[in-house]
Amino acid sequence: MQLAKEVKYLIHKEVLLEWRSKYTINGVLLYVVSTIFTCYLSFVSLGDKLTWNALFWIIMLFASINGVSKSFLQETKGQQLYSYILASPAAVLISKTVYNTLLMLVLTTIALGFYTLVFDSFTPPDMLLYYVAVVLGSMSFSTVFTMVSAIASKAGNGGMLMAILSFPIIIPVLILLIKLAKNAVDGLPWENSYDEIAMLLVVNVLMVATSLLLFPYLWRD
Amino acid sequence: MHKIWWKILGSILVIYTAIAGLLLGVPHLAILNETIRNLYFHVPMWFAMIVLFSISVFYSVKSLSSKSEIDDIKAVESVNAGIIFGLLGLITGAIWAKYTWGQFWSFDPKQNFAAISVLLYFAYLILRNAIDEEQKRAKISAIYNIFAFPMMVVLLFVLPRLKDSLHPGNGGNPGFNSYDLDSRMRMVFYPACLGWILIGYWVYTIRFRIRNIENKQQHN
Repeated sequence: MQLAKEVKYLIHKEVLLEWRSKYTINGVLLYVVSTIFTCYLSFVSLGDKLTWNALFWIIMLFASINGVSKSFLQETKGQQLYSYILASPAAVLISKTVYNTLLMLVLTTIALGFYTLVFDSFTPPDMLLYYVAVVLGSMSFSTVFTMVSAIASKAGNGGMLMAILSFPIIIPVLILLIKLAKNAVDGLPWENSYDEIAMLLVVNVLMVATSLLLFPYLWRD
Repeated sequence: MHKIWWKILGSILVIYTAIAGLLLGVPHLAILNETIRNLYFHVPMWFAMIVLFSISVFYSVKSLSSKSEIDDIKAVESVNAGIIFGLLGLITGAIWAKYTWGQFWSFDPKQNFAAISVLLYFAYLILRNAIDEEQKRAKISAIYNIFAFPMMVVLLFVLPRLKDSLHPGNGGNPGFNSYDLDSRMRMVFYPACLGWILIGYWVYTIRFRIRNIENKQQHN
C-alpha cells in the first residue's frame, strides 16, 4: 500500500510540474505537427496507404524518444537525490512509466487526429483497431524508453546514447506495431491481429518486469 | 591434462567437421545442391553466439551482486567473442543466400533480426566506451546487458516465427529434418555444433586471460 501511495503522489508531482511549465507536451506536440507537415510537403505524390502507416510510426518513434527521454535526462542530480531519499526506486520507476504512458497517449492521439486530417486518404477503415495499436504503442514506447533514459542519464552523455541504446530494443516492438496497424489499415477482421496484440502485451510485461528488477541497482549510486 | 580435454575435444570436432563436412555424402536436392554443406558451418555459429551471450548475461547478473571486476571482464569478453560468431554467422548466411536465394541480403526476417541483435551488442560496447569510471561502467553496462537479453531472445526466437521466412522451418517451408532423410548429416551437424561452442568458449577464456593480465599491469 505504501508503494501505491508513493506512486500516486509521484505521478501527481510529475503532472503538476508538467502542467506548470507545459514545456514537454507543447514542445513534442509542435515537433510532431511540424514533422508530419514536413513529411506531407515532401511526399505529396506518395499515394500508398501502407507507406503512410510506416511513416506515422517512425514519426511517433522519434517524437517519443524526444518526449520520454526528458523523464530522467532532464532531472538534475539534486532532484534525483531528493526523490531517492523520499521514495522507493520501484515507485519512482512505476510513476515515471505511468506518467510517460499518459503523456504519449495524449500526444499520439493528437498526432493521429492531425495525421488523418492532413492525409485525407489515410483514414484507416478500422479506426478502433488502429487506436488499440496506438495505445499499445504508447505503452511500449514509454516502458522501454523510460528504462533506457534512466541508463543513459546515469551514463552521463544523454542524447546520442539514448538513440543508440534504445533503437535495437525498440525495433522488434516497432515491427509488431506496424504489422498491427497495417491490419487496421487493410481492414482485416480482429482475429488476425490477436497474435500481435498478445505479443505486444507479453513484451510490455517482460520489459516492465526486467526494469523493476534492475532499476534499484541503477538508482543506487 | 584433465583441464584441457575439452579444448582437444573441440579442436578434433571442428577439424572432423571441416573434413567430413566437405567429403561425406549429402542428400542431393534441387537449388541447395552442394551448398547444403554450409549447414555445418552456418548454424553452429549461432549456437556458439547464443551460448556466449548467455554466459555474458550470467556474469552480468553475478557482477551486479558481487561488484567484482573479474565478473565484469568476463561479461564483456564473452560479448566480444559472441559478436565475432554473430558476424561470422551473418557472413556465412549471406554467402549461402547468394547461391540459393539469389542475393546476399534477401530481406529475410531472420537475417534482419540477427543483424539487429548484433547491433544490440554493439550498442552495449559503445555504452561501455561512454563511461570512464570503472565501477559505474561495470554496473550500468551489466544492467543494459540484462535488459537487452530478453529482447534478443524475442528477436531471434519469437518474432521470426510470426513472419514468413525463406529459412527452413518457417513460413510453410519444411524444416531441415525432412531434408536429411538418411541422417547422414546429423553425424556431422551435431559434432559441429558442440565443437564450435567449445571453440567459442575457448576464444572467450583466452580473451579473458589477456584482458585480466593487461588489467593487472595497469594497476601495478
